[in-house]
Amino acid sequence: MKYLKKAFNVFWKDLIIELRSKEMINTMIIFSILVVLISSFAFGQMSTEALDQIAPGVLWIAFIFAGMLGIGRSFISEKDQNCLRGNMLAPVDWSAIYIGKTIGNLFFMLIMELITLIIFVVIFDFGKILTKLPKLTIILLLGTLGFVSVGTLLSAISVNTKTREMLLPVLLFPVTIPVILPVVESTSQLITQEPNILPWIRILTAYDIIFFVLSALIFNYVVEE
Amino acid sequence: MRKDFGITKALKEININIDNFLSLVGPNGAGKTTLIKILSTTMKPTSGTAEINGVDIKKEPIKVREQIGVVSHQTYLYRDLTAKENLKFYARMYDIPKPEKRIKKLVTDHNLEKRLNDRVSEYSRGMKQKLSIIRALLHEPKVLLLDEPYTGLDQHANERLKNTLANFKDKTIIQTTHDLNRALEIGKQIAILSNGKIVYKTQKNDLDPIRFREIYEKKVKKR
Repeated sequence: MKYLKKAFNVFWKDLIIELRSKEMINTMIIFSILVVLISSFAFGQMSTEALDQIAPGVLWIAFIFAGMLGIGRSFISEKDQNCLRGNMLAPVDWSAIYIGKTIGNLFFMLIMELITLIIFVVIFDFGKILTKLPKLTIILLLGTLGFVSVGTLLSAISVNTKTREMLLPVLLFPVTIPVILPVVESTSQLITQEPNILPWIRILTAYDIIFFVLSALIFNYVVEE
Repeated sequence: MRKDFGITKALKEININIDNFLSLVGPNGAGKTTLIKILSTTMKPTSGTAEINGVDIKKEPIKVREQIGVVSHQTYLYRDLTAKENLKFYARMYDIPKPEKRIKKLVTDHNLEKRLNDRVSEYSRGMKQKLSIIRALLHEPKVLLLDEPYTGLDQHANERLKNTLANFKDKTIIQTTHDLNRALEIGKQIAILSNGKIVYKTQKNDLDPIRFREIYEKKVKKR
């Protein structure tokens, strides 16, 4: 219980810092809206059928690229004055810090996804996706959790390197292909046909469990000086 | 204890027993920060170990961290949080019962109560360091590890920090510095760390400062 309290404490601290600085959430939201806007210029005149085909891709490109920008910044505040070391001096297993950071990244990314989805629906006049909202919510939650679990760990690895902006995507995209593929496929099925997303949900759930636990275990070795 | 970074041997034969206030002096790159990182359990030694209050740093690092407070030239404080929010955050990380009461006592002792609700980014370097000391004392540690705590402080802030440290009579303190004057000012024991080895250790009472400078020059140059 104390362990989870400390993990939540890390999340709460990140939330207060983010509410003040808005560095991460603003960057993510502006980027994702830009992706949707540029896509609307390119694909806005397409037929409804064609739009159904490209919509999942547009959405997840916006989510994943914007999310990566945000996750890349998640350890910046820890780097300032070496606060991560301050956290590590607390009497708790360091995986609690990882869990707190992951919850924070998940929370900020879900906010960005919600805003992006609303903008997407308005710009593309794509209200039909909202009729599948409960299933879409499950896909969003599972896909984002998998992406954030690995992203948070890789962000901790890349934050101390000079080329962190380049290193993070190079490391993150190959590892998250098992997340990207199911989320795009299942979102596409939700829009275009009678959805049978259960197999994809199973893959996402398995990925989330494996990579969340693995990342929490590896984090101790990553942050050790 | 030993610590290697690849082929670089950062710490060689470290074998030392500390029971009061030790000032560890040495040139840049001598291994002072590495030693503090190992003792504070954020870095593992390549071989050997250390005990803090009888607790092994390798076997029970979490228990060790309950007993130590660390002050460095880096403050470990979030600049976008207020002083109070920073202290509350760390108090929760240390499971401190009634953190408000403890924070109030410490900030009053250190004359920071009027600036408690200001963001750390608005603090001067000296005030940040004072707040950093309060952070390190929140959980009433038995051992204080100070890694170049005077870095970046002006003369006035230096004096105040020196007086604060001199008041911690019930704690075991290890202070690292590259400044001989600082090392000679406070503490009961003094040791020279050079090239990863403790090359000299003595009680400060027996020490003539001029003689110590000569010893330091000789020991550091020799290596």
